[in-house]
Amino acid sequence: MAEAAILRQSGATAFGRAVGAVVWKDLAAELRSRELVGGMLVFALLVILIFNFALELDVRTRSAITAGVLWVTFAFAGTIGLNRSMAVEKDRGCLDGLLLAPVDRAAIYFGKVLANLAFLGIVVAVVLPVYSVLYNVNLFVPGLLGVIVLGSIGYVAVGTLLAAMAVQARTRDVLLPILLFPVVLPALIPAVRASTGILQGLPLEEVAIWIRLLIVYDVVFLVVAWWVFDYVVEE
Amino acid sequence: MIEVRRLVKAFGLKPVLRGLDLHLEPGEFVALLGPNGAGKTTLLRILTSLARPSLGEVRLAGHRLPGDAAAVRRILGVVSHQPLLYGDLTAEENLRFYARMYGVPQANRRIDEVLTIVGLDRRRRDRVREYSRGMQQRLAIGRAVLHDPQILLFDEPHTGLDQEASAMLDGVLKQVAGEGRTVLMTSHDLLRATDLASRIDILSGGVIARSISRAQAEWGDLPSLYRAVAMPPERHRG
Repeated sequence: MAEAAILRQSGATAFGRAVGAVVWKDLAAELRSRELVGGMLVFALLVILIFNFALELDVRTRSAITAGVLWVTFAFAGTIGLNRSMAVEKDRGCLDGLLLAPVDRAAIYFGKVLANLAFLGIVVAVVLPVYSVLYNVNLFVPGLLGVIVLGSIGYVAVGTLLAAMAVQARTRDVLLPILLFPVVLPALIPAVRASTGILQGLPLEEVAIWIRLLIVYDVVFLVVAWWVFDYVVEE
Repeated sequence: MIEVRRLVKAFGLKPVLRGLDLHLEPGEFVALLGPNGAGKTTLLRILTSLARPSLGEVRLAGHRLPGDAAAVRRILGVVSHQPLLYGDLTAEENLRFYARMYGVPQANRRIDEVLTIVGLDRRRRDRVREYSRGMQQRLAIGRAVLHDPQILLFDEPHTGLDQEASAMLDGVLKQVAGEGRTVLMTSHDLLRATDLASRIDILSGGVIARSISRAQAEWGDLPSLYRAVAMPPERHRG
């Protein structure tokens, strides 16, 4: 019994250590190159700038479309990041290096998810104030930030899994958005609805259903990805 | 140490390995030669647990693949023609990352040792993308031996290296192989293989067509033997 408990504990320690190692490696490499976040940021800022010029909005319409514009921006910019994050592993054969490590491969997945969340978090942290200034909308509402966190987790959970799948293909740049957007739609719709409700000042009970949907989506896809990641990356 | 029996690997309907048998004793250094497409890399990917066999039995140090893949990965060091290193990290950071992934005890001391073995101690804080191809391959060997594996698998480690870098790599290969490890290396370079290995296996037609050890008389006539086995007359004409 005690032996089994020690084995379980050492397994959990190795898992946590591997997750931490992958996160550290991705953040350290990005800190040097700034290729991934740089690309995501430029793209995200261009998208909100284009929306700003394309839509000449009155105050009422503005609050109705803000959530949509934000989530389109996060989703498109996120795709660039997800693609790049896996391409770095594939290009120099590093994915094989990761898969050769004697750790549960789900640890690699969760490490990549956390690193991708950090990258998307940086984009969100820059986009929100820029959007607030351009559209004259206050986006620093606690409820909205909570929804962005939940939506981002679902988006990155699915995106990291599908990026690992798409990276094996020659047409990975095209393949990822085609695979990702249909699957991530059930997370984007409640994220947009909940964000709109919060920005329009609706009571919590009215947006709670969308928030619950987001939580269910996050849990389901994190668990599914945990189960299937090993098969996805296997040749 | 490595035991492969009747290994079959097919991609779709195309068989690459057709009932291959291979046996390596502990401490043996075997070079696996064969023309392009013979299945050398496929065999190594199966031995590293990166690919599954279609049929047959594969055991490394008694662990069966693909069932005991995690146990096999713990005792295995792999060097391929790609360095499996992150260009934006320094040599030291790359090794630190892999040390964490492998749970290497006293990682700092081991990283120092490995960087000294591969002769990159003075360049430890340089980014890997600033390294020459030869230096990257030496660091790749350092990465492969970091967790002190019993078995080393080299997949054409000399690819893309000039003569000087290849000779330097050979020195490192001999050193890490000379520490009692079992080594299987695929190569196109017959001269290099005969210099490093104690046995040459020739892979042709999806099986080990010939196996020649250093003690055998044919060792001296390997080039013509290789041509005869790996490139039969109809292929010469082609």
